[in-house]
Amino acid sequence: MSYLRADIRQRADELVALYPERRSAMLPLLHLVQEQDGYLSEEGMAEVAELTGTTPAEVRGTATFYDMYHLEPVGKYVVGVCTNIACLLAGGEEMLEHARATLGCAVGGTSDDGLFTLEETECLADCNIAPCVQVNHRYVRTTTPAAFDALVNDLRAGKREDEIPPHGTLIRVRRSGGLRASRAQIATERDAAQSAREARAGGAK
Amino acid sequence: MTDVVETRATVTLRINGRDVEAPKGEMLIAAAERSGTYIPRFCYHPRMEPVGVCRMCLVEVEGPRGATLTPACYVQVAEGMVVTTDSDKVKKAQDGVLEFLLSNHPLDCPVCDKGGECPLQDQVLTHGSGETRFIEEKRHFEKPIPIGELVLLDRERCIQCSRCTRFASEVSGDSQIAFAGRGDRIEVAPFPTEPFDSVFSGNTVQICPVGALTATPYRFTARPWDLEQVESTCTTCAVGCRVAVQSSQNRLTRVLGVDSDAVNHGWLCDKGRFVIEAVDGDANASYLEPSRRLTSPLVRRDGELVETTWGDALATASSLLHDALSAGPDAIGAIGGAALTNEGAFAWERFMRGVLGTENVDAQYGDGLDPALVHALPLATINEMAEACTVVVLAGDIRDELPVLFLRLREGVVKGRTNIVELTSAGSSLTSLARVSLPIRPGEAHVVASAIATDDAPLTQLAAHPHGALMTSADLHEARRLIGDTGEGVVFLVGRPNVAESAEVIESAVRTFARRFPRAKFLPALRRGNVMGALDMGLTPGRGPVRSSRSERGRTTLEQLVALASGDQRVVIALGGDILTNVADPTLGRAALTAAHLIAVTGHGGPSLAFADVVLPASVAHERYGTVTNIEGRVTALAPKVTPPGAAWPDIAIAAELAEEFGQHLGLASPEDAAAAMSAAGYPAATALYAAHVEGVVVGREADLTPRRALDPMAFPGVRSADLVGLAPRAGDVQVPTMNTAALSLSRDLEVLEPREVSVPSPDAYSLRLVMNHVLYDHGASVTGTPALRALVEDVRVRVHPSDLTRFGAKDGDVVRLTSSRGTDSVVVTEDATVPRGTVVVPFGSGPHETGFRSWIVDATLPVIDLRLESQ
Amino acid sequence: MAHLTAPKIVSSRAQFDDSHTMSRYLATGGFSALRQALTMHPEDVAAEVDAASLLGRGGAGFPAGRKWSMLRKAPVTYLVVNGDESEPATFKDHYLVEREPHQLVEGVTIAAYALQVSQAFIYLRGEFALGLERVQQALNDAYEHGALGANIFGSQFSLDIVVHPGAGAYICGEETSLIEALEGKRGFPRIKPPYFPAAIGLYGQPTVVNNVETMSNMPWIVTHSGAAFAALGEGRSTGTRLFALSGRVKNPGVFELEMVKNTFRDLIYDPSLGGGIVGDKKIKAFIPGGVSAPWFGPDDLDTPLGQDEVANKASMLGSGSIVVLDEDSCVVRAAWRITKFFSRESCGQCTPCREGSGWLERIMYRLEHGGGRREDLDLLLDLCDNIAPGLTWPPQQTTICVLGPSIPSSIHSAITMFRDDFIAHVDHNGCPHD
Ligand SMILES: Cc1cc2nc3c(=O)[nH]c(=O)nc-3n(C[C@H](O)[C@H](O)[C@H](O)COP(=O)(O)O)c2cc1C
Ligand code: SF4
Ligand code: FES
Repeated sequence: MSYLRADIRQRADELVALYPERRSAMLPLLHLVQEQDGYLSEEGMAEVAELTGTTPAEVRGTATFYDMYHLEPVGKYVVGVCTNIACLLAGGEEMLEHARATLGCAVGGTSDDGLFTLEETECLADCNIAPCVQVNHRYVRTTTPAAFDALVNDLRAGKREDEIPPHGTLIRVRRSGGLRASRAQIATERDAAQSAREARAGGAK
Repeated sequence: MTDVVETRATVTLRINGRDVEAPKGEMLIAAAERSGTYIPRFCYHPRMEPVGVCRMCLVEVEGPRGATLTPACYVQVAEGMVVTTDSDKVKKAQDGVLEFLLSNHPLDCPVCDKGGECPLQDQVLTHGSGETRFIEEKRHFEKPIPIGELVLLDRERCIQCSRCTRFASEVSGDSQIAFAGRGDRIEVAPFPTEPFDSVFSGNTVQICPVGALTATPYRFTARPWDLEQVESTCTTCAVGCRVAVQSSQNRLTRVLGVDSDAVNHGWLCDKGRFVIEAVDGDANASYLEPSRRLTSPLVRRDGELVETTWGDALATASSLLHDALSAGPDAIGAIGGAALTNEGAFAWERFMRGVLGTENVDAQYGDGLDPALVHALPLATINEMAEACTVVVLAGDIRDELPVLFLRLREGVVKGRTNIVELTSAGSSLTSLARVSLPIRPGEAHVVASAIATDDAPLTQLAAHPHGALMTSADLHEARRLIGDTGEGVVFLVGRPNVAESAEVIESAVRTFARRFPRAKFLPALRRGNVMGALDMGLTPGRGPVRSSRSERGRTTLEQLVALASGDQRVVIALGGDILTNVADPTLGRAALTAAHLIAVTGHGGPSLAFADVVLPASVAHERYGTVTNIEGRVTALAPKVTPPGAAWPDIAIAAELAEEFGQHLGLASPEDAAAAMSAAGYPAATALYAAHVEGVVVGREADLTPRRALDPMAFPGVRSADLVGLAPRAGDVQVPTMNTAALSLSRDLEVLEPREVSVPSPDAYSLRLVMNHVLYDHGASVTGTPALRALVEDVRVRVHPSDLTRFGAKDGDVVRLTSSRGTDSVVVTEDATVPRGTVVVPFGSGPHETGFRSWIVDATLPVIDLRLESQ
Repeated sequence: MAHLTAPKIVSSRAQFDDSHTMSRYLATGGFSALRQALTMHPEDVAAEVDAASLLGRGGAGFPAGRKWSMLRKAPVTYLVVNGDESEPATFKDHYLVEREPHQLVEGVTIAAYALQVSQAFIYLRGEFALGLERVQQALNDAYEHGALGANIFGSQFSLDIVVHPGAGAYICGEETSLIEALEGKRGFPRIKPPYFPAAIGLYGQPTVVNNVETMSNMPWIVTHSGAAFAALGEGRSTGTRLFALSGRVKNPGVFELEMVKNTFRDLIYDPSLGGGIVGDKKIKAFIPGGVSAPWFGPDDLDTPLGQDEVANKASMLGSGSIVVLDEDSCVVRAAWRITKFFSRESCGQCTPCREGSGWLERIMYRLEHGGGRREDLDLLLDLCDNIAPGLTWPPQQTTICVLGPSIPSSIHSAITMFRDDFIAHVDHNGCPHD
């Protein structure tokens, strides 16, 4: 029985088939769990372990290396404000403080209405439009307090959902072509090769 | 390991201006250490792959761009390599690393378990500067958190060397702990819903270079400087791991693995490591509890066991024996003996055969192999198995039965040396590692063996099974391809995958393999502590002392139980084990003990004592002096660390004193006497006893007194260096006798390899055949006597293949009726696709024997047990 | 005067709002280079890249042609594109993946053909959600167009490209760490030797790792020839390059400039480029090539934008990102923030990097926020020395990867260039600018 929803599970299986080794699908699979649950649920991680041929402890250990994964539920919108060097020089710290006041939550915390989680981020590679703000990893390019407030109002009013999906949804464009994706047989062959290889190298369960 | 390296080419390099020879491919850190230059380290462990992360071992290595700082643990020696380990630059880099490691490390050495034996502390004392330059606030974590049943983690103390996580993934292969987080927030973590319950978890505690991982049973029990230590051999199973046994004030506190190249590489299983709690036992428990430690002789008066003197107990025992002798020596027998030392077994054999004149001795409980067969096989060493190209496993789950042997075998597989061909009745920890896993049903092993050995003809017989074929001829061909034509370089690991099946089935398979693959070697997977020693000493029908054969053949355990129940045998002496807990058919056991007299020689209580007339308390593990013999025939020394409690005696002394009651002197006043007698017959007991620091001596092989590896305290913190590990109290005063190999006349009775008929009733479509396999954490004395392990005993789980469940109209988790020729009962079933179709798997020894269906399900007189399963 | 006549090689479609669409790409000559390459011998394509002497654009500046020639021969080899772009103030790959994704796909396909690799991966920083979608769309377009997949444009050559999202970890830009992440593991860099990707890379197979911008140059080089590329720039620094300019300038952004022909002064002050300092203040210092690089002062403004030209002054052009600090900027705060970044991003394997970065950050925090001591300056330098012995450039290292020895750059630069500012912080018990 799959914990992942049928559609998500189908995409997960497609992802696994893309790689010569199952474990390679780890990061994209974890993004999928976040797409379903908004964060990495224990059940989701356990299923990723099964899909990648690892243990849940290894999945969790891998996930916690990366900042984009959340082990606890977060708001519908995760607001990231950059305070790294270029943004610092353009008032990033002040923007973070403003965001904290506007959203009413501490840095790293979630607002009472469960709508927003605020994060101080490292450089987001949009340094010419500083200070840089991302919501759910979409650049919103609000560099002034007034623009930020307007954005927050829009989000509260549910106005920008097309552009900014709820937290966790990363890539909305589905892979529609490709050698591997179109030829399920290659995937099957790889799986066979993979399990033979694992049997030789692998861990006893 | 070592012999492989030695055959390779060597290179010459310069370390600090001195020329040093090293085998090609060796890591610089090891080459330097061998040549007397010790390079400090934390993450490096000689038994694991290097990772080069702590950066403590930085040294200067000349390269095209001048001398660069290079981790000595991660660079292989090369011809002409120029290395400096003592320059100012090296010293500054190493001091810098040490200072960085300490920056966030708590200053809680006075309350830390590792304080006093901590490699980090030692490094700081030798190299560190006295002043700290770190004035910032240190990292904080919630204090110790349990990460498993036996292990606690203090994250503040962790230095991120990854030894524990690497052990879990690389050595034991159960990655239930992993690094989580990044940078200086890295911590070792299990998954919240899956605790670290590896049966090897204690090793992570032992190799942790700081006090981050601690073992629940040892925590806060002692300070390292109060500990006394001896080196000894673990007797929890028959692998024979070398251990350092530590005590404080005559109480056992800790057992650590000692690195033996030949056996355990420093690793232990949690049972062997933590079982010491059972030695003390529980003084308040009833005599019928295995956790009860016996401190006084007991005799039965008015139906009650009461304490008495040795004199009274010995007199009572001897009068029972005298009475029985009136009916002839066949009225007496002994069951058990694998818990004895070689010297104790030797004395008891002399007593039983020499004094009483009976041939009825059997150290096995019907779950072993014919000793004549074992002695006729060309035996492999553990290292030969670990280096074998193919290992064929026809045994129970070795991770449960001989845990550290699993680690040695797994290493060969993971490193790509070894392929496994497994014949299994229940799926095992080897299944996922095996190249070929052949499911066998009870009563089929010999047929599958012939199918592999000859051609596929027997396959048709297998295919005709009413529950369908389990393997294809392609599987068999692959198995045969991996074994090759002669079995050269192949080791067969043979034990008893199923104790509810006649031993003849497996023995027949073993004979087939031995005849068909003449160059193959065999390693017996017999699990009881010193079972090999007991067989070698002749505590078994048809075999006499020092692997000699006897013309007369006494009764096996099963035969004795039948004879006891029918009155043909009147007295049974239980040697060091509880009969009812150890036999597969306790119904027969109870009938036997009810009808007869029982003299129990044991350290612990147990259900059989309900029937005992006399109880003679014996010393147990870590209290005894002598030798034991492991599965490969390696004889190693046991050293006593604590004195036995109360009036318990060494088993050799009990035999000698009983003989005195019969007016006979065995001439075996001490283990030395017995060892000398054995050595005269070619058995290397004396050598093993006196040569304290050798890797033991393998019976029947040229005595190879390889010194045991010198220990790096950084690799095995807590184990004092080998030179300081005293062995026997008398070692050193006595000259090591050279082995008399000429006198080595161990008899190999090759006739036993000839084929024999095995008859097993055909299976029917309405029954399932019973597989009863051993699990590590069972209801035996060692586990039940150890509070820390008791919690790990699982409830009885009855496993059936899903398709069989469907066939009988049941599903996972249902309560079903199981019916055998003896009775019927309701149990919960679990579905498990690794169980061969047509079988039902019930673990032996988990769940008490006295109650429920486990007490009657096996009729040991039948070759296989067929059960009906009905859904309710 | 800025020298702005060179052609735009990787940002030629910048003026179109729909530069990310297939229709625009095809309308502007898209995939003609690939068609042309497929008519050539793979080795001849590689020879053109070699002739271009294109230096890798990911930071280390290793010539792409040489890297390709070092790929160990094996039945299975891989091409991996590094689009992790997380070096602070670097944002040129962000531009390329969002605005010119088809150019990247075509570049990767050409490179794969030259290398005869049949499986490529584009590793993109996870925070580039839009970029990930656009590159995936570009891949879908290319498959549909026959420019990717089996028998590309009817040739014998087949290629599959998978876009792989990262998940937020700067260290995964380091190529061996990126490979670990692509294998589904924690991004721990591997030890070189022996883990040079060209010998032991993805799944243990020989692997070429190149930056997004490096790949984006391929179509132009094939169409115009390696020699034409090499004719631009000077010395080892050929062609054009994207420079990401940020900080206290009036007009921050990504600019494609011919290598060496312009100086930092041109980039920062030319009205069509940086446009000068905000508020026409004085420049105090600038970082010439990402936060790992030692800083430059006003005296270095006339240094040409070339790899060796910057290296000769003991710094690096690195990822081509230039951050400008003006006279009002607090250098202690800047150096503290950069150190905090390294402490957050250290993978945590090596003791000096893991513990050293955190310790340095805490000292820097005290200096900036109160509690600084004069002796902290020597302590900072000595701790830096324990991470990068000698504090030379290029650095020596006590760590596995060069993140470790990058940590000292900002602290060392700030203390040696602006010691008085530190003393002022100590005396003021915190930042005098606050
Ligand atoms: C800490 C660290 C971070 C790096 N980050 C990136 C990066 O984000 N993008 C990149 O292309 N190269 C990065 N690199 C350089 C890569 O290791 C590698 O040299 C580069 O991808 C090779 O591509 P190129 O030859 O085309 O430049 C980084 C290196 C280090 C040590
Ligand atoms: S230097 Fe730092 S980032 Fe690089 S491998 Fe070591 S700990 Fe990781
Ligand atoms: S880096 Fe060599 S021992 Fe840790």
